[in-house]
Amino acid sequence: MLLLKLFFSFIQVGLFSVGGGYAAIPLIQEQIVNIHALLTMEEFSDLITVAEMTPGPISINSATFVGMRIAGVGGVLLCTIGCIIPSFCICLILAYFYYKYRTVSGVQVVLGAMRPAVVALIASAGSSILMLGLFQAELSEIILRDVRFVELGIFAVALFLLRKYKMNAITIILGSGVVGTLAYVLMGAV
Amino acid sequence: MHRDMIAYGILSLPDGIDYYVKREAVMKKDYSKLWTLFKSMFILSACTFGGGFVIVSLMKKKYVEELQWLEEDEMLDVTAITQSAPGPLPVNASVIIGYRLAGVVGSLTAICGTILPPMIIISIISLFYEQFRTNPYIATALQVMRAGVAAVIFDVVINLAGNVLKTKRILYIVMMITAFTATYILDVSAMLIILTCLGIGLVDLAVTIRKKKGTVA
Repeated sequence: MLLLKLFFSFIQVGLFSVGGGYAAIPLIQEQIVNIHALLTMEEFSDLITVAEMTPGPISINSATFVGMRIAGVGGVLLCTIGCIIPSFCICLILAYFYYKYRTVSGVQVVLGAMRPAVVALIASAGSSILMLGLFQAELSEIILRDVRFVELGIFAVALFLLRKYKMNAITIILGSGVVGTLAYVLMGAV
Repeated sequence: MHRDMIAYGILSLPDGIDYYVKREAVMKKDYSKLWTLFKSMFILSACTFGGGFVIVSLMKKKYVEELQWLEEDEMLDVTAITQSAPGPLPVNASVIIGYRLAGVVGSLTAICGTILPPMIIISIISLFYEQFRTNPYIATALQVMRAGVAAVIFDVVINLAGNVLKTKRILYIVMMITAFTATYILDVSAMLIILTCLGIGLVDLAVTIRKKKGTVA
């Protein structure tokens, strides 16, 4: 019974979290902490910390975490499937219509206007991550002399390797983690 | 269909036919790609630290540049659609890309590839998350990895923005700069920006049609 409740809770999370990972946090909190009291507020904030430290979307991470704590692997499967069912159905319908009508001239004009916005959104996400990397702060709280030189160096070298040698992106991401951590260990900062 | 495009002056004649024929050829379902699809989604998902747009950048590099399964415009359209639909962005994107390659079977394959890594990683970590959360090496690695992730995103953005500039349409260039300012400096939600641009696109369409009619009459 509890599992069924969880399943429907995560369907709601999946259905109503519009606009990216952070929009899902209050929804998950309401379902898991406030309504069903499956985690305490403290456990929930641990969950968010861990979810941010690991790859993958926050809602999938939370579904897995809650499912595991309540009912082991079966819980994980049920919560995660609940979480993605709405996405799956809605995006399948959108994909069907997109590929049916995308070559229509009028649709091309409308889509054409959305593309510059998508480029801007990706650029904005990149800038936020860069600021967090270089200053450990949001744009409004940046103090220029606090720039972290290890991260600045990694960013410059990584961008150079990507542009000049078309190096693999995964290698760059994992490599920057290894090189940067080594640098801080050698500097005695960790 | 391409006759309309030519009529509206959106595509010139030879390009229009090319585009149409190419699309017909590519749209065939191809189950032989399922394993590659699963494997690539799994790897991308396992290495995506820091939110939905990171994985979109990685998908663009993988599926547009490396495997050439998708066109660049298509990847941007898919991103716009995934951003406007509910649910996690990586899951939405994998549903659409999977559908494009092999229909519903492709969607399911892609979804499995995308959600398995976080499920496995979190399942393991949930057993000892206290040690994980407080480990200084992990914290440092995650902090410095942001610099690498930012470099990957900027690499993709340089190419994408370059292509927007190449259209030489003042409207698009202004929209790109305005959208960036709105989302990064003013913190306007991504959803609102996509919907606003959808509106501008509709107006643009109305103007295009009116212009064509005007020249015919």
